[in-house]
Amino acid sequence: MNDAVVATKPKAGFDYKKFLSNWGSVLALIIIFVFFAVTMPKTFLSPGNIVTILRSISVTTTIAIGLTITLAVGGFDLSAGSLASWAGVLIISFFTWHQVGMWLSIPLTILAAIITNLLAMLLIVRFKVPDLLATLAMMFMLDGLSLTYSGGGALSQGMPRADGSPTFGKIPEAFKSMGQAPTIIIIMIVVVLLAHIFLTYTKYGRFIYATGENKEAARLSGIPVQRYRLFAGILATFFIALGGILVASRNMSAQIQGAAGFSMPAISAVFIGRSIAGAEKPNAIGTFIGAALVGILENGLIMMSVPYYSLDMVKGIVLAVALASAYSSARR
Amino acid sequence: MEPHTIDLKNISISFPGVHALKGCDFSIRSGEIRALVGANGAGKSTLMKVLSGAYTHYEGEICLDGEAIRISSPLDAKHHGIEMVYQEVDTALFPSLTVAENIMFNTMVTGMERNSLINWGEIRKAAKKVILDLDLDISPDTLVSKLTLAQKQMVLIGRAVQEECRFLILDEPTAPLSQNEVNRLFRLIRYLASEKQVGVIFISHRLPELFQICESITVMRNGEVVLQNEEITPEVTINYIVGQMLGKTFEEVFPDRDTKHGDIIYELKDISDCDGKVNNIDIYVREGEIVGISGLVGAGKTELSKLMFGANKCGGGKIFIRGKEVSVRDTTMATKNKIALIPEERRKEAIIVNQDLISNLSIASIDKFIKFLSFVDKSGEVKNAENFIKLLGIKTPSATQKVMYLSGGNQQKVAIGKWLSSDADVYIMDEPTKGIDVGAKREIFDLIYSLAEKRKGIIYISSEISEILAITDRVYVMYSGNVQKELMTSETSEEEILYFSTGGK
Repeated sequence: MNDAVVATKPKAGFDYKKFLSNWGSVLALIIIFVFFAVTMPKTFLSPGNIVTILRSISVTTTIAIGLTITLAVGGFDLSAGSLASWAGVLIISFFTWHQVGMWLSIPLTILAAIITNLLAMLLIVRFKVPDLLATLAMMFMLDGLSLTYSGGGALSQGMPRADGSPTFGKIPEAFKSMGQAPTIIIIMIVVVLLAHIFLTYTKYGRFIYATGENKEAARLSGIPVQRYRLFAGILATFFIALGGILVASRNMSAQIQGAAGFSMPAISAVFIGRSIAGAEKPNAIGTFIGAALVGILENGLIMMSVPYYSLDMVKGIVLAVALASAYSSARR
Repeated sequence: MEPHTIDLKNISISFPGVHALKGCDFSIRSGEIRALVGANGAGKSTLMKVLSGAYTHYEGEICLDGEAIRISSPLDAKHHGIEMVYQEVDTALFPSLTVAENIMFNTMVTGMERNSLINWGEIRKAAKKVILDLDLDISPDTLVSKLTLAQKQMVLIGRAVQEECRFLILDEPTAPLSQNEVNRLFRLIRYLASEKQVGVIFISHRLPELFQICESITVMRNGEVVLQNEEITPEVTINYIVGQMLGKTFEEVFPDRDTKHGDIIYELKDISDCDGKVNNIDIYVREGEIVGISGLVGAGKTELSKLMFGANKCGGGKIFIRGKEVSVRDTTMATKNKIALIPEERRKEAIIVNQDLISNLSIASIDKFIKFLSFVDKSGEVKNAENFIKLLGIKTPSATQKVMYLSGGNQQKVAIGKWLSSDADVYIMDEPTKGIDVGAKREIFDLIYSLAEKRKGIIYISSEISEILAITDRVYVMYSGNVQKELMTSETSEEEILYFSTGGK
């Protein structure tokens, strides 16, 4: 009986399909980079532009890391952009309205964002609303909350409040540097590494993946599944709020739905990164590569004077191709 | 109806790392009832999936009435009148549709022709007729999500026979069925074969039952057909077939065990659930004891197993571990109290198919592999996996193989192995040999014996009375959510257990 499974020899030659599935996204990243570098060597490859790219990737990556954790535990999140915007509104209001210092404002903002987002987790974990629908509801709620709180407009230094009362708080210079190179890039790298270590090497990461793959089997293995879903949600909120703070720092203001544009690229980044190196699950490094792909593409297209209103279309097409290559060969 | 013949010639198929089939020949004609048996991983299901169009990358030839046909999708197979009813019923059913819609689903998809409007009256009528034919006790308007496993199975068989069906493949159809339902199914199969000239291929691990229903038998071993088409005569014995399956003779001898049991290790007092499916259960198990819970499908055995493990809400009662009352509010508490559950639905509840053996074998005991903060010691985990692969004889190319590629018996070993790794004291096993061949079953039994020898408490839940008699020391017979009777295994018989499990007093 012991020879019932006869191992076949590794296939001679090269498995293109598998290679494409595992490394297609990296390949696309390199091709796109080389293409832009060759067609626009002076502008695209200039140090200033590289920094610009890294800076824009930073925000997408930070938010996408939050989504990586959400997706790893088997969830989904449509409201990331709205949540990040809400965090941006919060921190600018702390600075300008209440004159709270930076080192208090940041944890306060993240804490407030987590408390707000507990509602989503309540809907999902306690009331068993499907993630997609719960976060759809959250998206509207958070957008409305941001507007209501800010008085229906953007927030920035010196701008009076909605009732006309003047504001005296200043946005600290240190906060500005947070959104600039190299700080923002360092933040991104730290975030990616932390998430990678957490998901890959700790038992919490293991439990999160187990829950995401098979909730019932995880539960019957003694894993407190609900607690881990909540925990993953809180952790995800942390990173998304941090992303929102970075957006506010780059703008030095809180725009209406200021971070909404990061939601879809971040989700895309996670899905692009899912198949990298045969991981077949949401993972931090893959997410970073996915975010880099999206970021470089966007930057290059802008440099090639593709009109801004057409950008989303081109990005969408490239994403579709990347996803098709990753999924078609991975799942048969 | 004209008689038809299907010939599979020299069929081979490989999956990553495994040669699943090696030059298999198989043939069947209309009106025949054929048994297809083999150990787990022998390739029975794989061969039948080739025939039913689920696997299309095969080599070899399929002939219908001598003419070569290419089956490259399940739809192709259906066009040729080949229908397969899979073991995993949930994958083929639509839980939010009614029984009638599920039975008539193929008609609704392919039989509509140009019509875009569904004639609900017709659908219901046709479904009702099938239900009547099958002698099912299900209303056509019930949602499938509300059905039991056995009923779902019947709905699937209903769907298959509702079609113009020449050849019907049943993959372990009787595994979840009670004796009554099995008899009903056999009646139907005989009817289909003799009246409708359907050729039936019947995959099962329950050999006695195959001898009852089938005229001939095909045996597979290690991806090859070792017994092409043996007519079932009185000379063909179960032992002979088992010998063919294993490639060696097999004796159904169970070792004598030391039956001195220790103190009570785990005890339930007056346990009930909230839905009335389990009522006022008193059960205990001692160190080194194998306690059986017998009962028909629907007696509340699975519900009880979940209660014991804290996986279902408890309606009342107390649980004691070594005489001390403990709270088993949830599965985490159960694990902390060293209780283990090997649930019935392996793929859905016990293993994480998309992860490798390493992660699956350590998931219930991850704290063992933590040396620093919460970091998992990967090398310790790998060693653990390799250790259990060897100990349990799990057949896999490597520890990094995803569990989905293992055969049923090997998956079950993983499901048990993860609790061995956690060193649990009480093992609750719900139908642990379901869908497992005799060879692997024997290995699982040996494993259970060795657990008992290590003074663990084992609760063995099964609707197969022969297994209960073979392996347990003491047995509780359940009927309709209650413990009907407690019996000493050595002093009871199949008839007695059956008597109590059908409500006798």
